[in-house]
Amino acid sequence: MNLLVCISKTPETTAKIAFKENDTQFDTDGVQFIMNPYDEWYALVRAIELKEQLGTGKVIAINVGPPSNDIVIRKALAIGADEAVRVNGEEKSATFVSKQIANYAKENNIDIVFLGKETIDYNGSLVGGMISELLDVPFLSYASNLEMEGDTATVTCDIEGGEEILKVKTPFVISAAKGLAEQRIPNMRGIMMAKRKPLVVIDPVEVTENEAIASYSIPDSKSGVKLLDPENMDELVRLLHEEAKVI
Amino acid sequence: MSVLVFAEAINNKYKKSSLEVVNYGAKLASSQGSNVIVLTNASADAAAELGKYGAQKVLNFESDSLHDNKMLSQIISDVANSHNADTVILSDNSKGKSLAGRIAIKLDAAAVSSATTLPNLEDGFVVQKSLFSGKAIGHYQMKASKKVITVAGNSIGLEEMGQPVAAEAFDASAYNATVEMVETKRVEGTVPLPEAELVVSAGRGMKGPENWGIIEDLAKTLGATTACSRPVADTGWRPHHEHVGQTGIAIKPNLYIAIGISGAIQHLAGVNHSKTIVVINKDPEAPFFKAADYGIVADLFDVVPRLTEALQKFKAS
Ligand SMILES: Cc1cc2nc3c(=O)[nH]c(=O)nc-3n(C[C@H](O)[C@H](O)[C@H](O)COP(=O)(O)OP(=O)(O)OC[C@H]3O[C@@H](n4cnc5c(N)ncnc54)[C@H](O)[C@@H]3O)c2cc1C
Repeated sequence: MNLLVCISKTPETTAKIAFKENDTQFDTDGVQFIMNPYDEWYALVRAIELKEQLGTGKVIAINVGPPSNDIVIRKALAIGADEAVRVNGEEKSATFVSKQIANYAKENNIDIVFLGKETIDYNGSLVGGMISELLDVPFLSYASNLEMEGDTATVTCDIEGGEEILKVKTPFVISAAKGLAEQRIPNMRGIMMAKRKPLVVIDPVEVTENEAIASYSIPDSKSGVKLLDPENMDELVRLLHEEAKVI
Repeated sequence: MSVLVFAEAINNKYKKSSLEVVNYGAKLASSQGSNVIVLTNASADAAAELGKYGAQKVLNFESDSLHDNKMLSQIISDVANSHNADTVILSDNSKGKSLAGRIAIKLDAAAVSSATTLPNLEDGFVVQKSLFSGKAIGHYQMKASKKVITVAGNSIGLEEMGQPVAAEAFDASAYNATVEMVETKRVEGTVPLPEAELVVSAGRGMKGPENWGIIEDLAKTLGATTACSRPVADTGWRPHHEHVGQTGIAIKPNLYIAIGISGAIQHLAGVNHSKTIVVINKDPEAPFFKAADYGIVADLFDVVPRLTEALQKFKAS
């Protein structure tokens, strides 16, 4: 089976978020980037596990982005992807990214496309649905378990306050939530091997821009904490009722 | 031109998030001078109630199973096309977000998920959305003539703004599922975390899973849903679905009570949009106090039972 894993790059979780050019651009100065945790911890590892379970097939990591993303892609290879593709374009919108990935998947006989349920920077959750639609295949979203038997998958999808267990045949797209796999740390051998695995760079297809971020702003911060006497919880209850009006 | 809203029902009942999208669609339509159509998977009786939240026309099909987003996105897109709708509004939940991307491709539309504001029409069509796990706001210009928006819960409030309308039946029998439903499991009783308005959350300060009784007592007294920090879920003290934060569930309740949680940036990322935050921590330097409205510097094992008692007194009065 050919398993394609979408890898995106996000600022490290403690990164300071600031903007430049009159608040129209994210200021990446001094920002460390990591692989999006949902892509790395769950989507990528589950694809690798699946290949190991089947004893055949290959795992291809794909990223849409500039050459500076190669370091994140190498990490995917170090964790266990067999080969990687980078579509050399700016990852400017969900539509742009989805069209690049769908285009590659169509030409390369992909059975399952894996991706994380969202990125921790733009928190969009749109790419999975878009790729599925472009490929005209089912989309299993927020998956916390996947079992394959032949070409049939049984997938557990998280929904608010519960889960759905679904059956589907390949090809399909699956977005990974916590629980789909156990995080793997790359070892020395993986890191060495990653240097010799192929990382192919391809040109993007053209996409018209349907939406764009016109500007950014920083939300108002809290005005300051009111410290209360631990002996007097009646006072907290009164404040929650009368001042905050939440109970 | 019109606005199409999809309002999800479960067993002929609507959650607040489904009513909020109807409100959102109605308000958008009125600011554009267009009209709002609501498509819903409920009985005609249940669907009629959507008129109260602003629906002008309601189309219903009876189905309890919305598990196949391929089929459902086809239904919604077909209705959008046949009713000349240029904007599609969906709930910002697991179903809505999975549909949004598909519909955006089908309609060649601009798409924004988790919008927190109504569109500003003065300068094009701009909606806001929280980015970087709450650390920033993006102002999205939706340029294409068609648009798909999922609306973040608890963003624009909920109000009654109309009368029930008679629903018209929509025939969905020609659509076929591509995914087979094996089973749906729902946690009964408590309000699911993403929809909870009151949340009691605890962290590693609890020392061990055996001490969670005081948290459950507090949550029960308050009618709140329980949550926890990541290490607590990772070590198995609490189930994974309680994990909130940047790599867990992001929530926005009216009240978030954080007990024995230090307030690491990744934790705050998932909860800092809560309306009111109460922090109980014995360390006055805990970073969580900076994000709190009310703080209590004390040993949680003393103060939590006392808070429960005070609440019981309040509820009884
Ligand atoms: C990539 C990444 C993603 C992450 N994602 C998340 C996430 O989504 N959610 C998340 O929660 N974390 C996340 N983390 C982990 C995060 O950095 C913190 O480690 C974690 O939130 C700490 O959990 P805690 O506050 O329960 O524990 P601690 O940091 O150990 O804090 C325990 C607190 O309890 C207090 N305490 C102890 N005893 C008592 C007592 N008797 N009475 C009162 N107070 C007491 C202490 O003063 C302390 O402040 C992530 C980390 C990384 C690197």
